[in-house]
Amino acid sequence: MSRTTGFRRGVPLLLALVALLAGITSCAQRPASEEPVQQGNDRASAFPVRVKLSGQEPVTLPEQPKRIVSLSPTATEVLYAIGAGNRVVAVDKYSTYPERAPREEISALNVGAGTVSEYRPDLVIAQAGSAGELAKGLRELDIPVLLTPSAKDLSAAYQQMKALGRATGHNEEAADTVRRVRSEIDKLVRETPELEQPLTYYHEVGPDYFTATSKSFVGSVYEKFGLDNIADSAGGKFPQLSEEKILGADPEMIFLADTGTAGVTKGSVAERPGWQTLTAVKQGQVYELNEDVAGRWGPRVVELARSISEAIDGTRQG
Amino acid sequence: MRDSRTLPAGTLETPATSAQRPRRARGSRLRPRHLLIGIAALAVLVLVSVLTGAADLGWQRVLAELGAQLTGGVSPLSEREAAILWQLRVPRVVLAVLVGAALAVSGAAFQGVFRNPLADPYLLGAASGAGLSVTVVVTAVPQVTLGSTGLAQVAAFLGALGGVGLTWLIGRSAGPDTATLVLAGVAVSAFLTAAQTFVQQLRVESLQRVYMWLLGRLSTSGWHEVLTVVPGLCLATVVLCACGRLLDLLGTGDEEAAALGVRPGRVRALVLVAASLATASAVSVAGLIGFVGLVVPHLVRLALGGSYRVIVPVSLLFGGAFLVGADMLARTVMAPAELPIGVITAFTGAPFFALLLHTSRRR
Repeated sequence: MSRTTGFRRGVPLLLALVALLAGITSCAQRPASEEPVQQGNDRASAFPVRVKLSGQEPVTLPEQPKRIVSLSPTATEVLYAIGAGNRVVAVDKYSTYPERAPREEISALNVGAGTVSEYRPDLVIAQAGSAGELAKGLRELDIPVLLTPSAKDLSAAYQQMKALGRATGHNEEAADTVRRVRSEIDKLVRETPELEQPLTYYHEVGPDYFTATSKSFVGSVYEKFGLDNIADSAGGKFPQLSEEKILGADPEMIFLADTGTAGVTKGSVAERPGWQTLTAVKQGQVYELNEDVAGRWGPRVVELARSISEAIDGTRQG
Repeated sequence: MRDSRTLPAGTLETPATSAQRPRRARGSRLRPRHLLIGIAALAVLVLVSVLTGAADLGWQRVLAELGAQLTGGVSPLSEREAAILWQLRVPRVVLAVLVGAALAVSGAAFQGVFRNPLADPYLLGAASGAGLSVTVVVTAVPQVTLGSTGLAQVAAFLGALGGVGLTWLIGRSAGPDTATLVLAGVAVSAFLTAAQTFVQQLRVESLQRVYMWLLGRLSTSGWHEVLTVVPGLCLATVVLCACGRLLDLLGTGDEEAAALGVRPGRVRALVLVAASLATASAVSVAGLIGFVGLVVPHLVRLALGGSYRVIVPVSLLFGGAFLVGADMLARTVMAPAELPIGVITAFTGAPFFALLLHTSRRR
């Protein structure tokens, strides 16, 4: 009895986790990308700075951080991309990229302020929504905390990259990174021919048919390519779709973002009951994505855009 | 020690016996119309459920397809639509019937054996045992698919039986009365839940999937799950229907039952084994769906009286009907999104139950 009532209490927690876990998943690594490592003495002169992230209280950093702890996989990727990696002293266990980041067996969900303070950080970055208590504890210890919200689209992701540049004294590199990411994505979009009839797609986040709609970050990237999301009528960002809906909608493309921990593959999808009748399965238009790239909003979003672009090419020819 | 045992024993047994006794005279025999009403309710809900779903096949076309299948005519559905109907929807509806029936029947059995109105199929640790073993499997083998065939299903089944077995061992060693068994169940559940939480903490990323499983889901991979539930359900149904009279006798007290030539310990063990097997089968394919096993037998008792010769078979039918209805809502309320069925069973079952309690008290 007491257990069954416990499940009911778990519902709100669960819903929070659904949104949260889309961003923190571990997976395969890629070789580290090139990044400019340069140091200038004038960086420090910009401080103190006030950093404002959307939906968060502004944070004032008295001087340039020298010991950064990142508990957000996306933030870790951004820090290294903008050349602030050499100031990172610890990252959480889900920060799987880049390989050389000093990964520790901690996560924002199960670590206390005391443990984090042992790294003697002068800046802690964690994901908004999962680290409220932790942030409170750290602020009491006078350690500045930046809470980064999930980006809702590309421009929000760019803003976040710039904010992290400002917080670390790497404004220039952050602006460069944003420029590079933006131009590469624009180029991919340009080079992908427009279609008279938009292709429909289903983006699988979890094997229980959790998906992402156009309101999510990943959905906003598909939207750039003019694709139609079959889950949009379900509302929200990460709804759980009815399997009937997926079969009924018969998406032309299926993207799998649950290839990491859940290990879903093109082959396993084809074996699901009834799925062999789907156009995408019949014509081989099922695409496996790198789970980490698809779940974060860092500079590697270019890789996601490239996968989508290639999939569209493949679908048009197939 | 003595206080801690006698107090709950008293509090646990009084409400049940007072709720059952006045009604026992009313319906101790199963009447055909009770079964007919149950079958009719079940049939109507099954039909409506097959006609509706997130994919809009059009109910007339589904009816035409059913007709075509029966008469060997031409199917009006495309290959894909036929797959939606026959590989997704129909197996799921059938699974809902079987799981609902299994949970309701086991709930009736548990309430009978323990003479406890709060007893449900998970009372003896089946839920926490299954929860722990599924969590361990998800943590150790992350690519396992929950709610479908294979490892997770076996783990849930064995975990459920393991939880009950542990409770049985502890309860036996502590004392012969049923209240001790219930207390042992509470202890085992608390311990296994703590172990499950610990394992989950080791891999937070598995939390979402385990939670979804805990909330229950009737997802199928074709007809396999249906076949998995059938043996446990059949066994439980046969045993419990056969033991209806014995359960009634046990309701009068162990000594009275013994005086009439019944061996209370044996009957209880037999009934609990059968009910636990049915529960474990249901849990292994559908996760932990709450409230069906608690509410349905009570509704039947309130409506038809306290004899287990009536409660067991009628609960079987209404449990199936209730879960089919709940799953229909889970599939359609937020379509094309899905709701966890455990949310529906609690959300609809609880107020309905409260209303029935209220009206029955006034009568």
